[in-house]
Amino acid sequence: MTVESTAARKTTRRSSGTKRTASASASTKKATAAQSAEPELVQLLTPEGERVQHPEYDIDLSSEELRGLYRDMVLSRRFDAEATALQRQGELGLWASLLGQEAAQIGSGRALRDDDYVFPTYREHAVAWCRGVDPTNLLGMFRGVNNGGWDPNTNNFHLYTIVLGSQTLHATGYAMGITKDGADSAVIAYFGDGASSQGDVNESFVFSAVYNAPVVFFCQNNQWAISEPIEKQTRVPLYQRAAGFGFPGVRVDGNDVLACLAVTRSALERARRGEGPTLIEAYTYRMAAHTTSDDPTRYRRDAEREEWEAKDPIARLKAYMEREGHADAAFFEELETESEALGKHVREVVRAMPVPEHMAIFDNVYADGHALVDEERAQFAAYQASFEGGEAE
Amino acid sequence: MAVQKLPLAKALNESLRKALETDPKVLVMGLDVGKLGGVFRITDGLQKDFGEDRVIDTPLAESGIVGTAIGLALRGYRPVVEIQFDGFVFPAYDQIVSQLAKMRARSLGTVKMPIVIRIPYGGGIGAVEHHSESPESLFAHVAGLKVVTPANSSDAYWMLQQAIQSDDPVIFFEPKRRYWDKGDLDTEAIPGELHKARVAREGTDLTLLAYGPMVKTCLEAAAVAAEEGKSIEVVDLRSISPLDFDTVQASVEKTRRLVVVHEAPVFFGSGAEIAARITERCFYHLEAPVLRVGGYHAPYPPARLEEEYLPGLDRVLDAVDRSLAF
Ligand SMILES: Cc1ncc(C[n+]2csc(CCOP(=O)(O)OP(=O)(O)O)c2C)c(N)n1
Repeated sequence: MTVESTAARKTTRRSSGTKRTASASASTKKATAAQSAEPELVQLLTPEGERVQHPEYDIDLSSEELRGLYRDMVLSRRFDAEATALQRQGELGLWASLLGQEAAQIGSGRALRDDDYVFPTYREHAVAWCRGVDPTNLLGMFRGVNNGGWDPNTNNFHLYTIVLGSQTLHATGYAMGITKDGADSAVIAYFGDGASSQGDVNESFVFSAVYNAPVVFFCQNNQWAISEPIEKQTRVPLYQRAAGFGFPGVRVDGNDVLACLAVTRSALERARRGEGPTLIEAYTYRMAAHTTSDDPTRYRRDAEREEWEAKDPIARLKAYMEREGHADAAFFEELETESEALGKHVREVVRAMPVPEHMAIFDNVYADGHALVDEERAQFAAYQASFEGGEAE
Repeated sequence: MAVQKLPLAKALNESLRKALETDPKVLVMGLDVGKLGGVFRITDGLQKDFGEDRVIDTPLAESGIVGTAIGLALRGYRPVVEIQFDGFVFPAYDQIVSQLAKMRARSLGTVKMPIVIRIPYGGGIGAVEHHSESPESLFAHVAGLKVVTPANSSDAYWMLQQAIQSDDPVIFFEPKRRYWDKGDLDTEAIPGELHKARVAREGTDLTLLAYGPMVKTCLEAAAVAAEEGKSIEVVDLRSISPLDFDTVQASVEKTRRLVVVHEAPVFFGSGAEIAARITERCFYHLEAPVLRVGGYHAPYPPARLEEEYLPGLDRVLDAVDRSLAF
């Protein structure tokens, strides 16, 4: 939240005519101060693409590694734009765009080792990309042909979870299992600023702290939960909550891919060393609508988006790479071609996705089978046959 | 002018507006109910007119929403809570089942719980997982809760008024796929009782019993059956708990056949309870067993399969034929 918009909202609150006690208004002031605390951000790359140092989080990447991160961000954005377009064309029922959150997702996603395990919510398309999940797999659910549709163990990337916050507990339990097994992999759980209010998220903080579980909580604070601004979820910066549960919290510039990579890597290493959980708050912005069903003009100022566009994660890395000569024009051109090819591929695969067989309704309800399901499946088959055949009667 | 043609969603909006105007203790609370007006716009414009203290955007925590509504009710308020979608009520299920439902009995009747929990429910809108479920039996099974569901604009308006006036907790299921259907609303009429069923269409050969989104489907089925020379009566249950068995019984005694239709899975669903009671009450009148049409014992399927899962005209008429064949 920018200082300006917080101030604007505060004025609305004052003029709403409610009586406030002295302590309440004092805490409002405190909250405002806390929310605008951008200096606390870990940043390695300024919005202008200047490389800056941070005493705790340093990172030294080769030109090739930088080009890799850039390519990941550009292709994820292209994939996301294609999905949005496909929704507009009626090929997808819904789409939750990640626009603006590429650095948070690529930075954290590229910090992971293959044997680490990811528990995403429903917007982590770029993390899925880092895990090697075929991006078209992500679209089945949004097209309405399945309710998940991939085996999470293939890429150690769990299914999208729509009920907010639930997966943070699964992540914690999985991490507890890693400890029991004596392994040294780690778990990362993604969730949003809105989801941070859920009981499940707070319970996962309690469990992970108590059992010293190797889990990294990665909260993408994109400032909004549908129409509700961050002030409707918290009065302190989210990363500060960790302290109350007994583990470290850190706020990183979520539009800075280098900082996201460095901070996540460090938290994962800590988890591997058996030192327990970390909460990372990636301070970023949801540039698109919440989903394609949402209408942000009802609750959000255009100017706010424009302010954040100036902090665009892709533009800033490009500026840095160009200035320092980490990539030449040919690289950017090739990437453009690759982007278009990705878009085309996604479009073709989605259009060709078949509607599942009707009988799929009864598939995989139980591992051991169930008499009622068998009975209903048989009835359903007979009923369907009564239409298709016609000559049966 | 008292009678207007309004979509069901707009009738709910008018009803909330009326409730907020009439009683300063009424509060509207939930996710995105303020500036956005709710994801279905049921609360559209209410925060603008009644302020942030009456129309409250809450943190994203359903247990928190219902739990604090209980506290507000203890303090004399009448919260009307919006749960964004059917599948998201479960984080609040503990508060609803363990606390809200039992508070009155636990306090020896001294405590009132005038809370309405509005839940858009049911399928047919092509949504993703958790946005199409029909969990009504899970609530009807719990003593201490009342469970109702309107099927048209007039009932949407009046039943919500009555639910808000009730001193008992009411789970108010809104048939989301009927939100955009227009119907007559007379805001000066004298409404029927909240927990009384309604004969939506008279007939003599068979009773189709439905509620919420399935009332329209059953009325359409009855119209098709009429072309085939069958006289079908359609009863709109309106209230699932308490359930007006007298009206159902009277209809069944007349038609001698009953088919219950709902979107929720048939197994342990509300149709099971209705079939058992009506069999007890009307054993000697029935010409056929009570039949049920509903969802399968499987998770609600992805959008492209929901038309197969949801009871449609064909499945309802098929059950009508089976009943008449006995
Ligand atoms: C338990 C639950 N309640 C409500 C919803 C409906 N819902 C879907 S996304 C959303 C906002 C989430 O905001 P945030 O956690 O900040 O994540 P973002 O979508 O901004 O990435 C809401 C309210 C849900 N999915 N789950």
